Amino acid sequence: MTDPLLRVLLLQDYNTRIVLLGTMLFGACGGVVGTFMLLRKKALVGDVASHAALPGVALAYLVLEVLAPGTGKSPPWLLAGAGLGAASGLLCAKLIQRVRLIKEDAALGIVLSIFFGFGVVLLTIVQRLPTGSAGLNEFVFGKAAALTVGDVVSIAIASGLVLAVCFALFKEFSLLCFDEAYAAALGWPVGRLDLLLTALVVAVTVIGMPSVGLLLVVAQLVIPPTAARFWTDRLGTMTLVSGLIGASSAAAGSLVSALVPRLAAGAVIVLAGTCAFALSMVFGRQRGVLWHWLEQRDSERHIGQLDLLRACFESVEETQRRAVLTGESDLTATPIPRESLLTTRAWSSARLSRVLVAAMRDGVVRLDADNHYRLTHEGARRARLAARNHRLWELYLIHFADLAPSRVDRAADQIEHVLEPELIEQLERILEQDTLRMTVPVSPHP
Amino acid sequence: MTDDNQPSPLSIHDMTVAYQRRPVLWDVDYEAPSGKLVAIIGPNGAGKSTLIKAALGLVPRASGEIAFFGKPYHEMRSRIGYVPQRTSVDWDFPIDALGVVAMGLYRKIGWFQPVSRKYRQQALAALERVGLAEFASRQISQLSGGQQQRVFLARALVQNADLYLMDEPFAGVDAATERAIVELLRELRSAGKTALVVHHDLQTVAEYFDEVLLLNMRRIASGPVEQVFTAENLRRTYGGKLALLDQVGHRMSGK
Repeated sequence: MTDPLLRVLLLQDYNTRIVLLGTMLFGACGGVVGTFMLLRKKALVGDVASHAALPGVALAYLVLEVLAPGTGKSPPWLLAGAGLGAASGLLCAKLIQRVRLIKEDAALGIVLSIFFGFGVVLLTIVQRLPTGSAGLNEFVFGKAAALTVGDVVSIAIASGLVLAVCFALFKEFSLLCFDEAYAAALGWPVGRLDLLLTALVVAVTVIGMPSVGLLLVVAQLVIPPTAARFWTDRLGTMTLVSGLIGASSAAAGSLVSALVPRLAAGAVIVLAGTCAFALSMVFGRQRGVLWHWLEQRDSERHIGQLDLLRACFESVEETQRRAVLTGESDLTATPIPRESLLTTRAWSSARLSRVLVAAMRDGVVRLDADNHYRLTHEGARRARLAARNHRLWELYLIHFADLAPSRVDRAADQIEHVLEPELIEQLERILEQDTLRMTVPVSPHP
Repeated sequence: MTDDNQPSPLSIHDMTVAYQRRPVLWDVDYEAPSGKLVAIIGPNGAGKSTLIKAALGLVPRASGEIAFFGKPYHEMRSRIGYVPQRTSVDWDFPIDALGVVAMGLYRKIGWFQPVSRKYRQQALAALERVGLAEFASRQISQLSGGQQQRVFLARALVQNADLYLMDEPFAGVDAATERAIVELLRELRSAGKTALVVHHDLQTVAEYFDEVLLLNMRRIASGPVEQVFTAENLRRTYGGKLALLDQVGHRMSGK
C-alpha cells in the first residue's frame, strides 16, 4: 500500500529523479528571473511570452511536417519555434507602445490575445493533419513525466546559464529595477539590460514549456517572488527565497504527479506554489498579514489601556477636585463610575467592557465587592504616568508646533525616551506656572 | 563667471525639447556659473525638470548643444551627480538606505563586481553627512519623506561629483530636512562645487541661493539673485498667476 509512496519519496525511480531535477531547475530559474520582473512591475511580460510561444510552436511543427513529413515532433525545433514566437510577441508589444495612446498594459493584452488566438487557429490546422497533434499538447499543458535524460541535460545547461547571468548582473539588474532613469543618467546601458532581462524571461518560458506547459510557465515567474517578498526586505534574500520556493514547489508538484497517474505535473506545481504563496502571505516574517495584524492588535491594546488609565485618572481628578490628589491612596480608593469612563472616551459600551477586562487581567484595575472599579497600586502608578506623558506631549505640540509632529510618540512609555531632558525641563517649567504643584500637570484643554 | 581656462559646469546652447510636436523648452541658452548655488524657478509645466533630464540625455532633444565642463556628457559622467524627484521610484523596493546610496558607486565599482566593504563604507560616510547613519540598514519605506530625500542626496554625494543637478529636493520635506539640505548645499559650495536645484518656494530663494534661472518654456532671465530675482522678472515668468509676486518683489527691493 505504502510501497509506491515510499518509492517516490525515496527517489528510487530513476525516472522520478530525472523529472524532479528538471522541474526544480526550471522552478529556481523562474523564481530568480521573476524576482526582477516583479520588481520592475513587468510581471505580465512572462504571460505574454508564454502565450506568444504557442503560434511559434505550431508554426515550427507545420513547417517541419511540410519539409519532411513525420519529423514534426522534434523537441529542439519546437522549442526554437517557441522562443522565436515569444521573442516576436514581446517585440510587437514594445513596438505598439511607441504609439502614444497605447499604454503598456493594453499593448501586452493586445499582443497576448492576438498571438494566442493565432496559435489556437494553427493548432486546429495541425489537428486536421493525418499525424495529429499528440506531441503539441504536451507543450501546451506540459508533461513533466515524459522528460528524458537528454531533456534534463539541456534544461540544466540553460538554467545554469540563466542563473549565472542573474548572479553576475545582480547589481546592474537591481539598479535597473529600482531607478531606471538614474541608471541611465549614470551611463548604464538600460536599453540593453532591459533586453537581456526580457531574453531571460523568454529563456525561462522555453525551459519550462516541456514540463509545466506554456500556459502555466508564467505562474513560476510571478508566484514565487510575490511569496518571497513577504519574508524579507532585502533583495538578495528575496531572490534566494524566491528561487527556493520555485524549486520546492516544482519538486512537490512533480512528486505528487508521480504518485497520482495522469495528474498533470504543471498544474500541481502551480498549486504547490499557490500554497507556498498563501502560507507566505499569512506567516511571512517581514510583511506577513498575520504578524502585521498581531502588531496592530498589540498596539491597539496598548493605546486602549493607556486611554483607560488616563480616563480613570481624570475621573478621580474630577471627583476629588484636584487638590486632594497628592496622595497615592486617593487614586486607589476613589471609585470610578463606569458612566464617567464612557463619557470621557467615545467608547461603545462593548469596547469599554473589553478594555476593562484586559485591564483587570493585567492587574491595573480591580472590580470591588461594592461593584465599583478602582485603580490598583500598579494601576495608579501607571495612570499617573500616562496622564503626565499625555499632557506633556500636548503641551509640546502646543509650544513647539513647528518642529514637533514627527517626534510625537504617544505610545512611548515615557516621554523621556523620545525628547531631550532639557526640553522636558522646559515643558515642566511651563506646567509649573500652573498654580497647582501636582506631579501631574493640569490638562491644557479648557 | 566663466573664465577661459575653466569651462562652465553646464552650458546649454539653443536647446529645444518637444514631446510630439508640443514644445516644452524653446531655444534655451544658459551658462551655469562655477561654484554657485543656482535655483531653477518657474511655474508648473515650465520645463524645469525637463531641462535637467534633457541635459542628462534622459529625454531626447529636438535640437541644441549641451556641454558639461566643456565636454559632452558621456565623457563627464563621473563629475555629475543627479538627484531625481523622490516620487520617481517605488519606495517599497526591498532595499535598505545603505543599498540605495551604494548605487551611486556602481559605476565606479564596475560591471559584474559586487559592492565590497570599501564601497559600503563610502556609502555609510555619505549617509552620515546627511545625518542618517543610524538608519543605514532600515528598509527605505520605513523612512519619512524627508529622510528618503536625504537618502537620494547621499546617493549623489557619494559620487563626489563637481556638478549636482537636483530635481525638487525641497518638495514635501520637513523643516529639519530642509535645514539639512541647505547646510549641505553650502558645504558643497564651499568645496567649490556647483548645484542646479529645481526649486518651488519663492520665499526662500534669496536666502538659499546665489543665482537664479527663471524658466517658462524659454529662459526668461538668469544671473545673481539680487539682480535677476525681481518682481518684474517674476511677473514675466509666472504671468499674472501669482498673488505673492508683489510681496516677494517688495521684500527683494527692501533688501
